[in-house]
Amino acid sequence: MSAEKHSPLAQFEIKRLVDIDIAGIDASFTNSSLWMIITIVAITLMLTMSMRGRAMVPGRWQSVAELSYEFIAGMLRENVGSQGRKYFPFVFSLFMFILFSNVLGLIPYSFTSTSHIIVTFGMAIVVFLGVTLIGIIRHKAKFLSLFAPAGVPMFLMPLLIPIEVISYLTRPVSLALRLFANMMAGHTLLKVFGGFVVALGVFGVFPLVAIVALYGLELIVAFLQAYVFTILTCLYLNDAIHLHH
Amino acid sequence: MPQLIITDFSPQLVWLVISFLALFLVMWKVALPRIGDVLEARQERVTNDLEKAESLRGEADDAIKAYETALSEARASAHNTAQAARDEMNAKADAKRGEVEAKLSGQMAEADARIAAAREVAVGHIRTVASDTAKSVAARLIGVDVDDAALEAAVASSMTEGK
Repeated sequence: MSAEKHSPLAQFEIKRLVDIDIAGIDASFTNSSLWMIITIVAITLMLTMSMRGRAMVPGRWQSVAELSYEFIAGMLRENVGSQGRKYFPFVFSLFMFILFSNVLGLIPYSFTSTSHIIVTFGMAIVVFLGVTLIGIIRHKAKFLSLFAPAGVPMFLMPLLIPIEVISYLTRPVSLALRLFANMMAGHTLLKVFGGFVVALGVFGVFPLVAIVALYGLELIVAFLQAYVFTILTCLYLNDAIHLHH
Repeated sequence: MPQLIITDFSPQLVWLVISFLALFLVMWKVALPRIGDVLEARQERVTNDLEKAESLRGEADDAIKAYETALSEARASAHNTAQAARDEMNAKADAKRGEVEAKLSGQMAEADARIAAAREVAVGHIRTVASDTAKSVAARLIGVDVDDAALEAAVASSMTEGK
């Protein structure tokens, strides 16, 4: 084992498992790809196998499936309203994908695909572009009123509009960074404490206790970040559909 | 930092698109409609059951009302029947009593008549005895053979006086 292997950042390395090249684009199957596939298979299995009985009185797994459905449906209804109904499959997939990536990433020796800025940015930019397109298609030029808050004195407009535009454009960046940074920091911290356990020998019990506590915290963070990403998506969607700030 | 290796970006993005699209399609077309159907069916079932319970309660209320009406009707008809029976019995008893009373009064009148006749006969006998006695007394005491007609008149007048 090289020293590089013990670096807290080594866990984030992308390893090409199968080299694939499609029309000059590097589409290699990596450890990240593997865990993305595991993630979607896990989600699909959990949501379809549990519903096979279609029981009137749900069992444990069916309750989990129904709860996640109602959780996201409720979130969308409260934040966007009835017009958000058609975006439900997308928002639901987004939430489940991030949640399962985060949680599966907490399994030792697994890989967290959401700990890479390019992945979180990819999702954030899809949300950003999608929401902007929805806004433009629904409101045409009136969509620009999103950058000019109502009830603000005219002389403040030259100052406010650039601020609004910048804050709008930074949405995908903040969305992507928040998730990426949380995932990476948590995993790095766990790894660092893991190193302490080994280095301190008998006294490694203390960082071990810390790791257990941190692990619980990371489970909360895994859920919370999926929730935050999804609810912000809902809020952006609401802005685009209803245009009020 | 492994996250900043630019050459690793493209495989991650490609597989993100592939896996997310696959997940989205499965959720959209299979998983979510299935869960939605079950939730809707349950909601429907609950609503139906509530409605059914409501209608059953209405039926039960109706049944209770019908039972109470039937009960009060039965009570009223029983009362009527009893009243009718009582009236009939009273009428019969009255009729019988009238009959018996009439019969008794007839018998009483008959008896009265018989008594009156007997008295008449007895009084007649008394007169004969009295006149006979008077005749024999007169013959014995004063030796006068009293005329029958006069005797009878005297007896009659004395009997009238005695009354």
